[in-house]
Amino acid sequence: MSDKKENQHALSRGSRRSFLVKIWIGLGFVALLEFIGVATAFLFPGKRRVTADNFKTVIEAGPADKFPLDSVTAFVRGKFYLVRLDDGGFLALSRKCTHLGCTVPWVSKEKKFVCPCHSSTFDIRGAVVSPPAPRALDIYHVFIENTVVKVDTAKKIKRTEFRSEHIVYPESV
Amino acid sequence: MTQHEVAPKKLSVFQRIRYSVFPGTQRPVKDQRGYRRFFNSLILHFRPRTVPDRTLRLTLSWGLGGMAVVLIFLLIGTGVLLKFVYEPFPGKAYDSILHLQRDVLFGQLIRNIHHWSANLILIVVFLHFLRVYFTGAFHPPRQFNWVIGLGLFFTVLLSNFTGYLLPWDQLAFWAVTICAGMLEYIPGVGLWLQKLIQGGPAVGSATLSNFYAIHTAILPALVITLMPLHFWRVRKAGGLVIPGAPGEIKGTRGESVPAIPNLILREVVVALVLLACILVFSVLFNAPLESKANPGLSPNPTKAPWYFLGIQEMLMHFHPFFSLFLIPILMMTALLGLPYIDYNTDTGGVWFASPTGRKTAVVAALTATVATPVGILADEHFIDLANWADHIPPLITNGLIPFVIIFAASAGFYVLIKRKYAATNNEAIQALFVLFLVAFLILTATGMWFRGPGMKLMLPFY
Ligand code: HEM
Ligand code: FES
Repeated sequence: MSDKKENQHALSRGSRRSFLVKIWIGLGFVALLEFIGVATAFLFPGKRRVTADNFKTVIEAGPADKFPLDSVTAFVRGKFYLVRLDDGGFLALSRKCTHLGCTVPWVSKEKKFVCPCHSSTFDIRGAVVSPPAPRALDIYHVFIENTVVKVDTAKKIKRTEFRSEHIVYPESV
Repeated sequence: MTQHEVAPKKLSVFQRIRYSVFPGTQRPVKDQRGYRRFFNSLILHFRPRTVPDRTLRLTLSWGLGGMAVVLIFLLIGTGVLLKFVYEPFPGKAYDSILHLQRDVLFGQLIRNIHHWSANLILIVVFLHFLRVYFTGAFHPPRQFNWVIGLGLFFTVLLSNFTGYLLPWDQLAFWAVTICAGMLEYIPGVGLWLQKLIQGGPAVGSATLSNFYAIHTAILPALVITLMPLHFWRVRKAGGLVIPGAPGEIKGTRGESVPAIPNLILREVVVALVLLACILVFSVLFNAPLESKANPGLSPNPTKAPWYFLGIQEMLMHFHPFFSLFLIPILMMTALLGLPYIDYNTDTGGVWFASPTGRKTAVVAALTATVATPVGILADEHFIDLANWADHIPPLITNGLIPFVIIFAASAGFYVLIKRKYAATNNEAIQALFVLFLVAFLILTATGMWFRGPGMKLMLPFY
């Protein structure tokens, strides 16, 4: 017991040794932080880790008049639905439920998207009809070049509710 | 050769090898006990030399901690075997499991043992946790071992969850998808965390390789580090808590008996019986495997793994900020803090603290058994606060208001128990513990058996 006390006393006297020990401990912490930083950077999904998926993000859906009014077409590869409303406008809806991420099928009989997981429903524009889903279905950017409908799947656009400016109209209308 | 090493007798090469491995046996062995002494001393490097007689009773520990150890070793053993066949890639994982089951000798059996042990260890560790709590074995000097134990529990839980994804069947894929979806609701870091864990925007190949690395390297390493720490603390505390009748004066350790054979024999018996049960079970029942994961088709209903069903059920009733974030955080903090509360008495070793503790625990269990189903049914069928007051955000109607009501009711319950039964804070806190425990168990059972397609409430088996 008294031995220990003496030892501590020697250290706390601010001797050169205690100073060096503190430096070593400090360096140890720096090394630890560096390791954590490198590990997080290594693990965090960045561009380098996801390549093949990112490669072709713009999907050509086809000529605008191929899609009948008031219809929903599933694009499995792009994981979205191309919706044509009855006024001729287009919307690209993500098929991922905004509640917990299940895939929502289009139930044409009910004219609704019905989530099988916790039975959220969405109308043809992706707006929530019944919760628990908290937000309207996410959308992707739609653009029409030379009457061909294209969807950019690189970036999902989150929205709380449906608004008319989400709709894209072909030029002829 | 130097002069120091002159051997008293010429040894054959086999003898020299044997003595190098078992140095203790080199001394002339007069009778068979020499060998036994050697192996005993090996065992005594891991186990204490003597143990208090009274801690050997099965009704103290129920052998649960020991069972958990056996299961950990079984899981590591079978897991290492599985690693030789399993391929952690979305295109291959499911097929490698099929290959394992169809073409590999004993492949199905090894998978079954791993699967059933993994599920059983959760139950065993949970029961161990309950026995430690209800025998008051978290009082000083065992406070920190309770914390280490919680760390082990958490590690085992995460191991189960990361392993759940690996077969890459429909069950695995969608359970993990919705659990990852839950992360999104954690304020601030949720999205970041979700992306980090998934390794991308959705559950996919990066998620599988993340989970595989965590499941087969990080968590096993963590368990293997935490377990010796746990056992060391048990020994530092002088062994298990000494069981006692209520009101008995503390500090009587009673007689100590040699650990060999008294303790070791019991441990071996528990281990062998457990192994036999698992083996028989695994021969009779195959681990489930559904069809291959299909990201385009969610099964109906899609449920989280069974040990998360309590949380999933809470999610059906509370705003996600409360059910996925605030309530779990509060519960975790409460569990970690339990041994550090300033208790009126030290009830270590007494089941349910005292006769009053037993009575109040029963009252709490009954209260929760009535209140929880009533709450669930009322919320499902009658209460629709969000619609009655639709100008108020759901964070308040589905979150804050029910939360405050339940919080106030629990506080009221605590005060009531304290007053009505003139209870110590040990007993009253235990009553709260039982209240939440039983509520949680009922929520889990509801999620497991009473939720059908579309997550609607319904009776099971119909
Ligand atoms: C992988 C998980 C675990 C393993 C392998 C394990 C193993 C063990 C073993 C072998 C013992 C000796 C006594 C007995 O068998 O009951 C023990 C005691 C103990 N465990 Fe655990 N345990 C685990 C998880 C936990 C958890 C979740 C808790 C509580 C939060 C906990 C808290 C304790 C405490 C406080 C003791 C001392 C009990 C006493 O002195 O009576 N352990 N554990
Ligand atoms: S995931 Fe769609 S309702 Fe829950």
